[in-house]
Amino acid sequence: MLPHEYLLRRRVWAGAGLAIIVALASGASWLTDFDLGRALQAFPEAASWAVANFVPDAAAWKRLPKILDKLNETILMAVSSSTVAAVFALVFAIAGARTTAVHPLAGLVSRGIATVFRNIDVSAWALILLFSFGQSAYTGYLALFFVTFGFLVRVMIETIDDVSTDSVEALRATGAAYVAIISQSVIPACLPRMLSWVLFMIETNIRSATLVGILTGTGIGFQFDLYYKSFNYPAASLLVLVVVLAVLAIEVSSNAIRRAVL
Amino acid sequence: MTILPPRPFNGARWLVRATLAVLTVLTILAFATFDSRSVDIGTATVDFLAGFQRLLLEPRLENVTVVELLEQLAITVALGALTTLIGAVVAFVLALGVARNLAPRWLSVSINAVTALVRAVPTVLWVLLFAVSAGLGSVAAVIGMSFHSAGYLIKAYAESFEEIELGTLEALQASGATWWQIVAQAVVPSSVTALLSWTFVRFEINFSTAIAMGAAAGAGGIGFDMFMASGFYLDLRELGAFTYAVLAFAIALEWFATRTTARIRRPV
Repeated sequence: MLPHEYLLRRRVWAGAGLAIIVALASGASWLTDFDLGRALQAFPEAASWAVANFVPDAAAWKRLPKILDKLNETILMAVSSSTVAAVFALVFAIAGARTTAVHPLAGLVSRGIATVFRNIDVSAWALILLFSFGQSAYTGYLALFFVTFGFLVRVMIETIDDVSTDSVEALRATGAAYVAIISQSVIPACLPRMLSWVLFMIETNIRSATLVGILTGTGIGFQFDLYYKSFNYPAASLLVLVVVLAVLAIEVSSNAIRRAVL
Repeated sequence: MTILPPRPFNGARWLVRATLAVLTVLTILAFATFDSRSVDIGTATVDFLAGFQRLLLEPRLENVTVVELLEQLAITVALGALTTLIGAVVAFVLALGVARNLAPRWLSVSINAVTALVRAVPTVLWVLLFAVSAGLGSVAAVIGMSFHSAGYLIKAYAESFEEIELGTLEALQASGATWWQIVAQAVVPSSVTALLSWTFVRFEINFSTAIAMGAAAGAGGIGFDMFMASGFYLDLRELGAFTYAVLAFAIALEWFATRTTARIRRPV
């Protein structure tokens, strides 16, 4: 191929790619009634509005104890749903991983259940659970639990098959019992990586819990919705500030743990 | 019986145990302070199982037609695609400033700091904040969702750029190539597969986010229909039909993503 042919071909490919992207973007904009011009215009508007109105004032600071109380509730919900989901996920992952499955069918069933649980979005779970559990903390808790469970089964299966395949084979050859292999080799070897995923889910779930709280009337999300709908923007801004600090603190500490254990 | 000497102190193992202990304590604390609002867990669970069975086994549409359902699903997919595209364009530019082999350290550090701040605000709050000036609707939803989309892709793209060997870059520099030439002729061609894979992974995430924003922040699409079926019509069977539609699309996406992204590592 001559150099100019090569360059021409590359230009044609780049042009075709660009055309596809532009077509996709305009099609999607048309479907959703989205206007890029209006969106770009919204930026300076939102910024100047935020500077003028979205700042905590003296009255907002008085609401800080209430906000912290709700934040506490939301963080605890995110942590507890993730840890309990992790325990269940570990059992299903051991049953589902190729390395440790007792029976191929068990693996198929376990992976199938997990697929359904994680592919129904957390908001959809919340809407389904609202029918029976109403506006209680159970609704949000279970919604987070189901999705976390589904996700953790998937990554724990990947971890087990990634980390333990060789050692399990070696231990099987020595005649070690199944339970001993799992408890003495698979879990200790996979624990740091699994823990890292659980921490990742806790971070994700604090953000999701805010969303679920808006739908189910609990926690920090509901509190934000209250301030937002009553146009109490100073209090809403303080709440956002508190959420940002909490998420950053959790991210920094889980990153530190991750660096140390992996 | 021989007594084994105590195992030497292992910092990493100790930290794993300490973290597990803290998580356990927090979990117990969470259950102790649970706000059940006088919902009885037993009856609610029985009710849920019966309801879930009806949702799974007797789905049907009542307030919308099949065509309307597909239309709403298409809107949700379009929202996901649009935010992925905007996120990808913004992320591509900023990732060039983050990748340690292409950008000065101060730039990389400052972009990362801003990204961390942006990602710390939950998507739904971004959407609602923009809704104050832009109004509830697709403009606010797309802007709000693009923030996290860009934040995620910046990290992924920058890591893909960093995989290019320093020797290649140095050789190009020595031959007199400018920074833009290096990016266009070496960095982009060698990382294009990874970039596409990451973008697809993010599309998968943005599809679910689009459902959630339809339900919680007036973004429209199938999420809004699910919200109406649940909170307004109280129709479990219709919610079941929507759930199946969403589930089918999400599983198809996941299947496609695992096939095309087997080579890249998921972010931790």
